[in-house]
Amino acid sequence: MTTASEPYVLNIGPQHPSTHGVFRLRVVMDGERIQDIDMVVGYLHRSMEKLAEERTFTQNIPFTDRTDYLAAMSNNLGYCLAVERLAGVEVPERASFLRVIFAELQRLASHSMANGTFINDAGAWQTPLMYMFREREKILDLFEMTCGARLTTNYMRIGGVSFDPPPEFYPAVEALVAELPDRIAEYTELLVDNEILIARARGVGIISAADAINGSITGPMLRASGVPWDLRKADPYCAYDKFDFEIPVGHNGDCYDRFMVRLEEMRQSVRIIRQALDGLPSGPHKTEIPLALRPAPGEAYARVEGPRGELGFYVVSDGGPAPARFHIRAPSLINLSLLRQMAVGTSLPDAIVALGSTDIVVGEIDR
Amino acid sequence: MSAALDPIRTRRPQGDLALVVSLFAVILLIGGAAGVGYLVLSGSLDGRWYDFRDLGVGMAHLAEWLDEQNASQPAATRALLGDHWMSYLTTAVIGGIGILSFVGGVLLILIWVERRLIARIQVRRGPNRLGPYGLLQPLADAIKLIQKEVLIPEGADRFLFFLPPILVFIPGLLVWGPVPWAPNMAYLDLNVGVLYLIAISSLATVAIFIAGWSSNNHYALLGAMRTVAMMISYEIPLGMALISVVLLAGSMQLSEIVRWQAQHYAWMAFLIPFSLFTFFFSSTAELNRTPNDIAEAESEIVAGFHTEYSGMKFGLFYAVELGNAVAVAAFVTAFFLGGWSLFGLEAFIPGYIIFATKVAAGYFVLVWLRGTLPRFRLDQLMAFAWKYLIPITIAHTTLVAAEVTAMGALALPGIVELGTVALVNIAFTVWVMRRWARFLGYRPETERVMQPKLTTQVGGLHAAERMRGAS
Repeated sequence: MTTASEPYVLNIGPQHPSTHGVFRLRVVMDGERIQDIDMVVGYLHRSMEKLAEERTFTQNIPFTDRTDYLAAMSNNLGYCLAVERLAGVEVPERASFLRVIFAELQRLASHSMANGTFINDAGAWQTPLMYMFREREKILDLFEMTCGARLTTNYMRIGGVSFDPPPEFYPAVEALVAELPDRIAEYTELLVDNEILIARARGVGIISAADAINGSITGPMLRASGVPWDLRKADPYCAYDKFDFEIPVGHNGDCYDRFMVRLEEMRQSVRIIRQALDGLPSGPHKTEIPLALRPAPGEAYARVEGPRGELGFYVVSDGGPAPARFHIRAPSLINLSLLRQMAVGTSLPDAIVALGSTDIVVGEIDR
Repeated sequence: MSAALDPIRTRRPQGDLALVVSLFAVILLIGGAAGVGYLVLSGSLDGRWYDFRDLGVGMAHLAEWLDEQNASQPAATRALLGDHWMSYLTTAVIGGIGILSFVGGVLLILIWVERRLIARIQVRRGPNRLGPYGLLQPLADAIKLIQKEVLIPEGADRFLFFLPPILVFIPGLLVWGPVPWAPNMAYLDLNVGVLYLIAISSLATVAIFIAGWSSNNHYALLGAMRTVAMMISYEIPLGMALISVVLLAGSMQLSEIVRWQAQHYAWMAFLIPFSLFTFFFSSTAELNRTPNDIAEAESEIVAGFHTEYSGMKFGLFYAVELGNAVAVAAFVTAFFLGGWSLFGLEAFIPGYIIFATKVAAGYFVLVWLRGTLPRFRLDQLMAFAWKYLIPITIAHTTLVAAEVTAMGALALPGIVELGTVALVNIAFTVWVMRRWARFLGYRPETERVMQPKLTTQVGGLHAAERMRGAS
């Protein structure tokens, strides 16, 4: 008698602890080995791009909060840059600096979340996540102080930012910036040299530099694969060309490198915030624009280096108060497309770690 | 958010009543301790059945008295039921009730303790709303779980699905039998206690496998397969670790093992630390606790074998898991940490208090590990058992056997003998572990942490190749 095993289908998600939202993986498995993987998206589809055609340019800003809900500031920023480019609106220098400060704070918050959940996916029982949430909480407090919201900030405006930070903001952000290097050192101590984490993440989910470029991967994943590409350097927007910072680049392109790159980017963000705070110019924080902005017919594309990669906004105007066409280049969706290559042939735990290291936000994938 | 509005950062003001109560409690405690100290030191308690330093003494007196009553029964009754039936029945019922209430009470407290400790580790507060310091939280959870509907998934084998929570609970209680709380205080002081423990602890595997199979769920099945694979792998090093203990103590009886450690003033943890490590690590694998909780790895297979269980059936699995964690701490205490002995202090402090303190310490380490470490992958864990633990424990056990033989032949003074044994064992283990890891291809110098390279120049594929070449 011979025994035969046949592959079976395992549905991971839409409700599962490690899919970070309502994302579904259809995994064909032979025992613990993955033979094939299907990614099913669309559970969170809210048709943002179509809805945007019904609302004025300013009314669309809150929508961008809800795409990548872990990096609302970056989304606001990208959209506002696109509309400013379309309408030819000038942004005061103070607004540019404030935008940089808040975008970098958002990057810190988002990377904390990404690294924390990544370690959770590798099996730690919430502790690193809670450590990182502690700092994220303080950043969200700063957001609340400035614009009244913590998650869906709706802070950037076409032509500037909605509010000047209140006086109590500055000591709080100074204290946070002074504290963060110690906190990041704490994570390093807890995690970076952890034998179990190295065993779980090193050599898992490798993407070569060529594959990453062919797959249009951006952000920390691309840099972990060894490509020194960062829009803040390559195509500077706001005031990024005034600041001194470096791009971390990984060695092998595995999950461990992605974790390390994100950790190093947090350090660099702290550097940028410190410089921006020191050089914060005075002046108006926004240019007044008409409430129903009617840009001349045309199209514009603006891109920012979001926490997850190149976050692009494409806006077409037909001369009316609402965009004729609105499209978001969502880095999560494009970064996710290489998951199949990373996961097939490995085991289920490796696939989960690889998924965790891509740092997806389902709101952005489905829009 | 301002501190006053924040539900986490606000503490409810403690009233004056709490102050008065705690003052009274402190006064009562000090007075009680002084009274107990006087009673113990005056020696007026020695040998009385109510000597609280060893509750077993009281039970022994009770059994004797019952035997006397038994002897006065008519001969026909004695011929039918035997000479000791009254004492057997009474002590069995009392001991059983004692163990049940101990395990139940400990579980209720420990759910709270574990959640609070993990919360402390994770810079949170943990349950603090229900009752003083949230102490009533486990009770509320239990009531909630009992109230909840028990779902049986479609396509499940109803009878087999019903069975495992019960099957898993029975060994969870039975393992508490041979625990030696104090010199005469063990419910089931078997002369083959170690064997009994290994046999009982592997029974739960069957129940877990039934649970995984009958649920008709892929996650449950994967969890069950992982559990069985792990149990089979880790039973061997666990057994080998205990063989070293048995060899040194010369007995499989738990009370004798503890007595040997008390007599020699040498805990097994000092003599055979490697066995302690093996036992503890293998136990975490069998308990499904971090870093070896792959059988119910939350991030991978949701909850493993008990994915489909709800209500109190899930509650039973959860309770058994916690209870087994405490039981492992108890066995670590008995086998390796000297049980009820504390370098002579056991003459004054009741043995079961010393024992319980050591159990709490062992349990704390388990919680600590859970709050700190990520999880291994299944194949890494299997490889660790078969490629590292089993060969090294076999070598280690052989060494211990040789040492025991040499000790018997030489008959040197105890301190010299045991000191040499400890040093030789530690040196041997370190040497063998390093050599064996090298032999199997582990190169720590290549595993070093590689910090990301920093650059200010952007570029594409060519830049990537340049940077790779530069490093």
